[in-house]
Amino acid sequence: MKAVLVISARDNVATALEQLERDRRLEVNGEALVVRETIPPGHKIALHAIDAGEPVIKYGSPIGLASAAIGAGAHVHTHNVSSGRGRGDLANPPDGEPAPRLAEPDDRDDLAGPVRSSREIV
Amino acid sequence: MTERPGFMGYRRPDGRVGTRNHVLVVPTVICSSLVAERIAAAALPLGTAVPHLAGCGQLGPDMRVTHDTLAAYCAHPNVGAVVVVALGCEQVIAQHLAKTAKRHGKLAEIVAIQAEGGTVRATAKGARIAQGFAGVLATEEREWCDISDLVLSLKCGGSDYTSGLASNPTLGRVTDRLVELGGSAVLGEIAEIMGAEHVLAARATRPATATKLIQIITRVETEARSLGLDIRGTQPSPGNIRGGLTTIEEKSLGATHKGGERAPLEDVVAYAAPITRKGLTVMDTPGLDVESVTGMVGGGAQVVVFTTGLGTPTGNPIAPVLKITGNARTARQMADNIDLDVSAIMDDSETLDAAADRLFAEVLAVASGRQTAAERLGHREFAIHRRNPTI
Repeated sequence: MKAVLVISARDNVATALEQLERDRRLEVNGEALVVRETIPPGHKIALHAIDAGEPVIKYGSPIGLASAAIGAGAHVHTHNVSSGRGRGDLANPPDGEPAPRLAEPDDRDDLAGPVRSSREIV
Repeated sequence: MTERPGFMGYRRPDGRVGTRNHVLVVPTVICSSLVAERIAAAALPLGTAVPHLAGCGQLGPDMRVTHDTLAAYCAHPNVGAVVVVALGCEQVIAQHLAKTAKRHGKLAEIVAIQAEGGTVRATAKGARIAQGFAGVLATEEREWCDISDLVLSLKCGGSDYTSGLASNPTLGRVTDRLVELGGSAVLGEIAEIMGAEHVLAARATRPATATKLIQIITRVETEARSLGLDIRGTQPSPGNIRGGLTTIEEKSLGATHKGGERAPLEDVVAYAAPITRKGLTVMDTPGLDVESVTGMVGGGAQVVVFTTGLGTPTGNPIAPVLKITGNARTARQMADNIDLDVSAIMDDSETLDAAADRLFAEVLAVASGRQTAAERLGHREFAIHRRNPTI
């Protein structure tokens, strides 16, 4: 079984098919890639460096913009990628500008999260 | 020449084909929902109810959607007979629902709680009628129907990274094959097309269809913006994010695989509106699973294929919902909810084509009467999409 899966040749991320530990050396499409940090199965790893503001590509299409610089082999997720779609919390963000970092869904209790925000609304 | 695939279905007087033969008990309003459920329970296994929270206190388009959705279930080919349970003072008109059922060649009767003199009498009368209808339907036999009579609802829920890699592309292959054979498929959940609209728009057979798709996606995105809220609270969901999905674009690109790679996009229709074209139709439904499945079945889908990564129990009162997962752990841990395990795709021990062959055969078996896990467990979730406040 492959450790990671690249779906389209245009992609700059791959999907981990098993847990990847730091410093593990992978070969992806003939190129060496060193895992920078623990990446859980199903999560994404950067195939090469992605600058802040650059599109993150999976399935051959942009899935969002890098909200921070991402090094090759780094974990690519909500802490460094931001969607530009359906964002009523942002007042018309200018095209191409990386969205500001918001609270990390991973950092909170998933069940308590929505309750907390509805209390804020009330 | 090989024989065309097909299934054993119920051919209806209006020309449509059913995969089930239910006695549908329809409450016109929330106030008659409990009586409707008790009447349906008295006519098991054919009896099934669609309890809901609407039918009164609704204005304009919302009232229309409630009425049209209930009428669509009364006309549905998976339904052989209808008992309408009215209160007596509500907005939804029982006679309209009963007439719709009769126009489609079904047995139909109305029981009104106020006119009958309360819960006990209405329940007793409705149960007698439903049991009588069930007796008639039990004598009807299935006959051979061509696969082009099938309208398949494509759904995903509780998605994780395996959805986009295994279960959705497996379903997509089945969609392509079904459409090539002259059948129909419907994809809902507009928010989960957001970010992948270019993929579907490029397959639209008419420019107006592509424009309509983009318009409804823009509308959903504008609605989210106008609330001043971040759609990321729900799209992707917290579970999606734990599973490795980062953005709605990523979720959508994986979700849209359910619509196949080649199937032409023929139409874009409103919530629960009739699916009239062969090929792929997009329906304007929300992403919430039960509301979405309710709408697509209302449009005429007789079988739902529901892909899941994390596992989910959702069923439907009148259509079989077939669950497929690419997550081996979910297939084990939620075995009672899962019909088909395609997790072997993830470790390369099964090809997508081989998994699609198995799913295709399972869809035809379910269309011919094989019970799905959701049916065995009695999952009959039903929820009509609402857009406006209750007045």
